[in-house]
Amino acid sequence: MIKSRINIRMSGLGGQGAVTAAHVMAMAASRDGKFAISNPFFGAEKRMAPAESYCRIGIKRIYDRGELVFPDVIEVFHPQVITMGKSYTMPFYSGIKEEGVVIINSDIPLLSKEDVQRLKDLNVAVFYIAGTQIALEVAGTELSTNMTMIGSVAGITKCVTLNSLDLALQERFGKKFVASGGTATLDEAIKKKFAKKEHLLKKNLDTVIRAYEIASEWAEKNNVELTVAAA
Amino acid sequence: MATQSVIGTKNKKGQVFADPWHMMNEAPRTPCFFTGSEVIKEAIRRANVDVMIAYPITPQSEAAALIGELFAEGYIGDYFRGESEFAVMGQCAGAAFGGARVFTTTAGPGTMRAMENFPMWAGARLPIQMIVTCRGINSPLSIQPDTLEISYLMNTGMLVWHAESAQDFYDWMLKGFMVTEEPDVHLPLALCCDGFFVTHTKDMVNLTPVDMCLPPYDPYRAPVPCMDMECPPVRMMRDPFVMKSNYISYATHASWQQEIWAAAERSRKHTIAWLDGLIEVENPDADVLLVASGTAVSQGREAKVLLEEEGIEVGIVKIKVLRPWPHEEIREATKNAKHIIVPEFNVTGWLAKEIRATIPNSERVTGPRVCGGMTMPPEIIVEHIKGALGIKVAAMAGRGS
Repeated sequence: MIKSRINIRMSGLGGQGAVTAAHVMAMAASRDGKFAISNPFFGAEKRMAPAESYCRIGIKRIYDRGELVFPDVIEVFHPQVITMGKSYTMPFYSGIKEEGVVIINSDIPLLSKEDVQRLKDLNVAVFYIAGTQIALEVAGTELSTNMTMIGSVAGITKCVTLNSLDLALQERFGKKFVASGGTATLDEAIKKKFAKKEHLLKKNLDTVIRAYEIASEWAEKNNVELTVAAA
Repeated sequence: MATQSVIGTKNKKGQVFADPWHMMNEAPRTPCFFTGSEVIKEAIRRANVDVMIAYPITPQSEAAALIGELFAEGYIGDYFRGESEFAVMGQCAGAAFGGARVFTTTAGPGTMRAMENFPMWAGARLPIQMIVTCRGINSPLSIQPDTLEISYLMNTGMLVWHAESAQDFYDWMLKGFMVTEEPDVHLPLALCCDGFFVTHTKDMVNLTPVDMCLPPYDPYRAPVPCMDMECPPVRMMRDPFVMKSNYISYATHASWQQEIWAAAERSRKHTIAWLDGLIEVENPDADVLLVASGTAVSQGREAKVLLEEEGIEVGIVKIKVLRPWPHEEIREATKNAKHIIVPEFNVTGWLAKEIRATIPNSERVTGPRVCGGMTMPPEIIVEHIKGALGIKVAAMAGRGS
């Protein structure tokens, strides 16, 4: 399906970079000449607490703000979103549109029979990716898990280009970034994992590309087509 | 007598003191994809602020921290963190009494905590600019946007503006100083936005040139003299009047209170010029008119598109300024509307109440509302409008189904 706008809901846990992922996606889409808006939703800012972010990408000006109640794509950054209900909605896929896509970071299936059936009834495709393992393999740190989630949604929907993602990552991590204390601490933590900033950028981009390739292949094989019209 | 002007000269950061009208309306703009917090920082970079006082409370903490960075870069005269919101607002008053251009940011429970100061600011004619990034004020705790706090600010004597987007916010921050510092206004401004929806949202914003800034505030244009500790007597605040409960003190208070509200009235002409009107009207001849302020306008714009796809025509009235209240403008804009839909992010529906008190046949005014930090999907507005028109709608799928 080619849409004039794709709404992406990213459900994660505090510290996983769901907020950063939505911002990077929107920054990349904006560089591609599309209209984009991203925003986070969280409570107390602490690790492992539910944190959501939303990214809207389209070919017309976007006014809609806030929590995404009716998403086309849902990304689950952590199994606990599903297994422990660490989600702002229950079940985590509530509101998903027909023909939508659910992307789950897990190396094992997590959905109950009932969930599988309900998603099937809505023609929603489910894609599992072992994002944390890929982040560890490619970047050497699980802090790059969000990069696999960026790569996954980009690979399936092609709503942003890899070139723009590269530039967006440079913009986000290439200079000093002031946000909350928690974000600043994590920024420092991930920078310490790499000897040089260029390494950080390269390894993160490599992680994005790896996930992008896996997701592209899956989408092609399973005839999953969900994309935004050309800008 | 030769006049002296700073316009065209440079500040210590090399920015040119620009003619504000030229800077805001004619100078080239650069599009930037920023969060609202970053946009607040960029506005302050160009605002020539003397004093900024900060206290952390989500969702304004990021903006306050970013302005701290600006101070480190040398763009702000002085910057410090107060002990609490109450202290911050008192310290803002002190700085403004001393003749400084003062800026601060607050939100939700912080705004409520500091509330005593706001009528004091207005009463003392202090043109402080306060950013309010609205969030829930009630228990249970919420950090998400809920606009209840605006209703409390509306009776403080402050000017109250409600921005829809980061672009509004950027422009209105800079224009706000120009309006509030007019000698015939000289009142504080509460410039509100819905927290998160503006502060934490990345959106495209067109910025004015970074090498241009507003000219400095001139406290000697103020209608009341600024405090000068080297030239006593300093202005006394209130004790003489409080201590003497006699006819003169009552009369003084009465006239002074009227003068504050008159000053707010006088801000209209400046605000209309700078903001291009207190309201903005789109398609006022439609039977269904959405009247809103803040993010609710944006959600209304999305609902309008959805309804138009089904052949239902909708007009939009965006209320930019809440104080002074655009009484005449709203009466005029709504005169033909059969259904006036006021979507709101608060439980009491204060905007709908204001509108009902303004127009004839006020039964035309209805919701929808969300509150406590809930989001308002455009589908809710669509459903409400269809209901008002008597169109049958299937019950919307619950969040859990």
